[in-house]
Amino acid sequence: MEKKWIAGTPRLWRDIPVIIPFCPGCQHGTAVKALCEVIDELGMEKNSVLVVGIGCYTMASILVDVDSAMIAHGRACDIASAMKRIVGKDTMVITWQGDGDALAIGCEPTIHAAARSEKITTFMINNGNYGTTGGQLAPTTPLGQVTTTTPFGRNQDQGYPIQAAEFIGSLKGVAYTARGAFTSPANYQKTKKYMKKALEKQRDGVGYSFVEILSTCPANWHMSPLDSLKRVEEEVIPLFPLGEFKDVDKIE
Amino acid sequence: MTDRLLIQGNEAVGWGALNADCRGFFGYPITPQNEIIEWFAREFPKRGRAFLQSASETGSINMVHGGALTGVRVMTSTSSPGWALMQEGMSNLANAELPCVIVLVQRGWNTTRHAQTDYTSVTQGGGYGGYKTIVLAPKSAQELYDFVQLAFYLADKYRNPVVVLSDAILGQMMEAVELRNPDFGPLPDKDWAITGKANHKDGNRRFSSIGQGMLPTPKHPNLCAFWGDYKNKIDTIKKKEVRYETYLLDDAELVLVAFGYVARVSLEALLAARNKGLKVGLIRPITLWPFPSETIRDKAKKGATFLVVEDNMGQMIEDVGVAVQGQAEIHLVNALDRHLPIEEGAIYPEKVLEKIEALIK
Ligand SMILES: Cc1ncc(C[n+]2csc(CCOP(=O)(O)OP(=O)(O)O)c2C)c(N)n1
Ligand code: SF4
Ligand SMILES: [Mg+2]
Repeated sequence: MEKKWIAGTPRLWRDIPVIIPFCPGCQHGTAVKALCEVIDELGMEKNSVLVVGIGCYTMASILVDVDSAMIAHGRACDIASAMKRIVGKDTMVITWQGDGDALAIGCEPTIHAAARSEKITTFMINNGNYGTTGGQLAPTTPLGQVTTTTPFGRNQDQGYPIQAAEFIGSLKGVAYTARGAFTSPANYQKTKKYMKKALEKQRDGVGYSFVEILSTCPANWHMSPLDSLKRVEEEVIPLFPLGEFKDVDKIE
Repeated sequence: MTDRLLIQGNEAVGWGALNADCRGFFGYPITPQNEIIEWFAREFPKRGRAFLQSASETGSINMVHGGALTGVRVMTSTSSPGWALMQEGMSNLANAELPCVIVLVQRGWNTTRHAQTDYTSVTQGGGYGGYKTIVLAPKSAQELYDFVQLAFYLADKYRNPVVVLSDAILGQMMEAVELRNPDFGPLPDKDWAITGKANHKDGNRRFSSIGQGMLPTPKHPNLCAFWGDYKNKIDTIKKKEVRYETYLLDDAELVLVAFGYVARVSLEALLAARNKGLKVGLIRPITLWPFPSETIRDKAKKGATFLVVEDNMGQMIEDVGVAVQGQAEIHLVNALDRHLPIEEGAIYPEKVLEKIEALIK
C-alpha cells in the first residue's frame, strides 16, 4: 500500500489499518508526532527500539516506523534495561509511558532503572489521570482534582502528587531529566529539544534520561480542548514547572 | 571425553545454560535457588553475557521479556512465592510468543525447604488467558543440566516459555554431572527479533505485542486467527513432546506414578517390592505438561491399579484421574506421609513400600 502523505505528518508516522483512537484535543498524538520528528532529526530511525507501556498512548507502538514492542503495564523500564544490556550501546532503547504506567504500577522498574544508570531513555506523558480506564486517580493528580475514584476531589487522604522529573533527577545514576509541555509552538519546540538531549545522553552512554511531558485529557477532565490547554497553563504548570532538572555529561 | 563436575543441582542449571548459549540471566534472591543467581553473577559478566539482579520477581520475568525480544536465549530462576509474582509476565510471554526458560526450585508452600507444591500452578498456566508452557521435571543434577538445554531448544522451537521444575532437594544435592553437548537439530531464524531496523535483512520494522490479535497483522487479521494459531501450537506440543520413563511396566498390576526426587524414592520402593515378588511398575512423567496420559490410560484399560506418589497434598493425582477416565483405582502417597511431619520431613521408600504391600495384598 502506498503511503498517503498529509501535510504536517512526520516521515516516520505510519499509515495504520485502524482508526487512531485519540479523543479530540488529546495531546498523545502531538507527543507521538514530536517523537517521530526527534528520532528522524537525530538520524536514529534504523537503530531505535521503542518499548511502549499500556495506556491511551499504546497506539504509539504501531504508529512510529521503528522496531517496537507493546509490553506489560508498568514494566517498560525492566524490559528496556534488559534489551539495552543485550543489544549494546549502538541501539537506542526508548520507553514510552504514561504517568500511571511509569509512576504507579511501574514505580519499581522506573526508579531502579534510574538508580542502575541504565543507558535508556523514558518519555512519560503526564495527563494527571488514568485516561484509558476512564479517568481515575493517578500518582500525578493535583489536589482538588475530581476523578472517578476521587469523586469529591483529591484530598490529603489520597496523598500528594509525585513530581517525577525532580524526584528522578535526584538519583545519582541519572544523566538528564526535564519536563516539557505542548501548550504553544514555542513549548513544543522546547520539549523537542529536551527529548533530543535525553536521547543524546543515551547515545553518549552517560546514564538514564527521563523527560516528562505534560498533556491534556479533555475526555476525562470534562473540558473542551481549548479549556484543557488553558488548564495545563494555569493549573498544571505551576504545580509541575517546565524546564531541565538534571543535566550532566558524566556520572562519577 | 566430556568433562565431569561434582556440583550442586542449582549449579548444574548454570552450566546447562552456558552450554545452551544463554546470553542473559535476570533474577531475584530467594531460598532455595540462591546458588543459581549467584552462579550467574559470578560466571556471566566475565564472559560478556548479561546478568542483572532485579528489584522483584515481577522485574525478573519482565527483564526476561526484554532479553527475549532481542532474540537471544535468556532465563530466570526463582522459588515458589517468586513464581507466583511472575504469572502476569508468563502470560505476556506466551501471548507475545517469546521463547525463554524459567527454572522453578520449589519450596514447600511457604517453608524454605523442599516439596512439590507448585505442580498445579506450573502445569495449568498460573497466569491469565489459558496459555500453556512445557514443564520438564528432572530427577537429578545431570538432568537439571540436560533439561535446561532441552528447555531452550523447545522454547525456540515453539516460541513459548518453558519451565524446568526443580525443588530444594534437587537444587541443593551434589552429584556428578557430565558436561555433554546434545545436538537437538536445527531451529528457524529469529527474524522477528526487536533489535532496530538496521538489523533486519528487509530493513522493515518489527513489532511484538502482548495483545496479539487485537490489532490486525498480515499473519493474524483478527483475534480468532491468533487464538486458532495458539491452539494449534498447544495441540502440536501435546502430540509431539510428551516425554516419560517407565520401569517394569509390562506385567505390573500396581503402577506408581511419580516425578522429580520422588520418582527416585518410588523406584527404590519398586525394586524392594519386586524383590518380594510384587508386580509393581513405575511411570515417571518427564514432561508434566504435556502429561503422558495415553500411557497411563493404556495401563488402566489393562486393569492396573495406580499409586500416585507426590510431595504435596495431591496435585498430579488429578491429571492421573483425567488420564484413567474412571477405569482404574487410584491411591495416593502424599506429603502427609513424610517420615517427619515437619519441613525436613521427606517421603521415604519405606513408606511407599508399606502402601504398595497394603494395596497388593
Ligand atoms: C496489570 C494491569 N493492571 C491494570 C491495567 C488497566 N490499565 C490499563 S491502562 C491503565 C492506566 C493508564 O494510565 P496512564 O499510564 O497514565 O495512561 P493514560 O491512559 O492516562 O495515557 C490501567 C490501570 C492493565 N492493563 N494491566
Ligand atoms: S481518554 Fe484522555 S488520554 Fe485517552 S485518548 Fe482520550 S483524551 Fe487522550
Ligand atoms: Mg495518564
